[in-house]
Amino acid sequence: MCAQPSPAQQETPPSSGGRTVLDDRDIARALTRISHEILERNKGAGDLVLLGIPSRGVPLARRIAERIAAVEGDDVPVGSLDVTMYRDDLRLKPARTLMKTEIPPGGVDGKVVVLVDDVLFSGRTIRAALDALNDVGRPAAVRLAVLVDRGHRELPIRADFVGKNLPTSLVERVRLSIAEIDGQDGVRIEGGAQ
Amino acid sequence: MKRHLLSAADLSRDDAELVLTTADEMRSLADRPIKKLPALRGRTVVNLFFEDSTRTRISFEAAAKRLSADVINFAAKGSSLSKGESLKDTALTLEAMGADAVVVRHGSSGAPHRLAHSGWVRSSVVNAGDGTHEHPTQALLDAFTMWKHLGESKPGGLEGRRVAIVGDVLHSRVARSNALLLRTLGAEVTLVAPPTLFPVGVESWPVETSYDLDGVLPKADAVMMLRVQRERMNGGFFPTPREYSRRYGLDARRMATLQDHTIVMHPGPMVRGMEITADVADSARSVIVEQVTNGVAVRMAVLYLLLGGAEPAVGGEE
Repeated sequence: MCAQPSPAQQETPPSSGGRTVLDDRDIARALTRISHEILERNKGAGDLVLLGIPSRGVPLARRIAERIAAVEGDDVPVGSLDVTMYRDDLRLKPARTLMKTEIPPGGVDGKVVVLVDDVLFSGRTIRAALDALNDVGRPAAVRLAVLVDRGHRELPIRADFVGKNLPTSLVERVRLSIAEIDGQDGVRIEGGAQ
Repeated sequence: MKRHLLSAADLSRDDAELVLTTADEMRSLADRPIKKLPALRGRTVVNLFFEDSTRTRISFEAAAKRLSADVINFAAKGSSLSKGESLKDTALTLEAMGADAVVVRHGSSGAPHRLAHSGWVRSSVVNAGDGTHEHPTQALLDAFTMWKHLGESKPGGLEGRRVAIVGDVLHSRVARSNALLLRTLGAEVTLVAPPTLFPVGVESWPVETSYDLDGVLPKADAVMMLRVQRERMNGGFFPTPREYSRRYGLDARRMATLQDHTIVMHPGPMVRGMEITADVADSARSVIVEQVTNGVAVRMAVLYLLLGGAEPAVGGEE
């Protein structure tokens, strides 16, 4: 699930309008850099667990794991963490469809968990993710990697690894398309002043 | 607004698939250290049971508690109901206590419908079995169990699967709900019973009927045995229990005629030696215990989808 509170933003297909701010090669470079930063910060791939936040955080987490494996030769456990039931706006909307939560077999206790999401916006998704993680186990540390940070935080939350800082206005929408889900890679800004 | 689950017929194919996929996520919770989700925090679920029940009540209670709802159990015995209080007054009491959902089991067919549509309560009503009418969450958990064993990866994977429902169809709310739901999901249902234990009007159900168990078994992908509900019988429906079990009971000899992948189900409670023999009930084909486990997950899914958001995601009209 994306970081934006607007549900329409997730449902509209990645189509016309808006402008592309990152293409597939920009995304690939950003993910490679994030992967190296994670390794540098963690001093290797030991005890790392990558958890993607559905839906688009999950393929991003897999791609980061592939890059880490290519650099270090170690396979990093990858999973997904659905935050739907922990959202603070659960009561305000019709009951949402749940997404997959898959915790790798080794669990998260004592590990360094890197949460991976596509767009960091209000920070509420990440707050929900931290609550969800709390029910799964007790990691040694939790870090946050996002492809795009668009600002406008509503909670004291910040990302450790950022693909691109993208100053936006509140009326704009940031849409990530990803090959595994949408058929192609790209980040677009839609809406707002054209 | 959709906010009740009264009949399996209330569920469209999309609704049913949503419940099944949600239940699949709920089931994975059982593998986690903390088997609790915050989705229904601060909501109150009342289990209103006018009829005896073990597994359904416990199952609903576990489901509501795992979703962090507050649960009030209300059994007819030991309450004012045994002093002659009416359904209406009971309902008004629940309303005054602020129940968000009422899970109701009643001996009279239609009681949950009355509760839902009378205007007595504003809460969601979930039918947990009414008389000989319906038991939709049982049908959902049966469909979930079949999907896990027989289906493809997607929840609509029961397309074309053959399900035999055998036994006391006349008194069975499970049979009716299963027939309706399995039809919605595309499975082919055959009801097998002696002529005296078919309900009037069964020809209008979306099912095949047969009196011959041995002819049906080799083609079935799932066999669901029903309990003979003697507490609802006040006449001679068959000559002797022994004759019944010889013609309509599932024993090892009959089980040997099943296909390799066929599963044996029973909604419980079982009467071993009557409709099913002990060796069949305990065999590797039997998924009876698994049905109970899946029941909690399916009921969590139903409660979540009815109560989790501002408005329900599944259910019947109004």
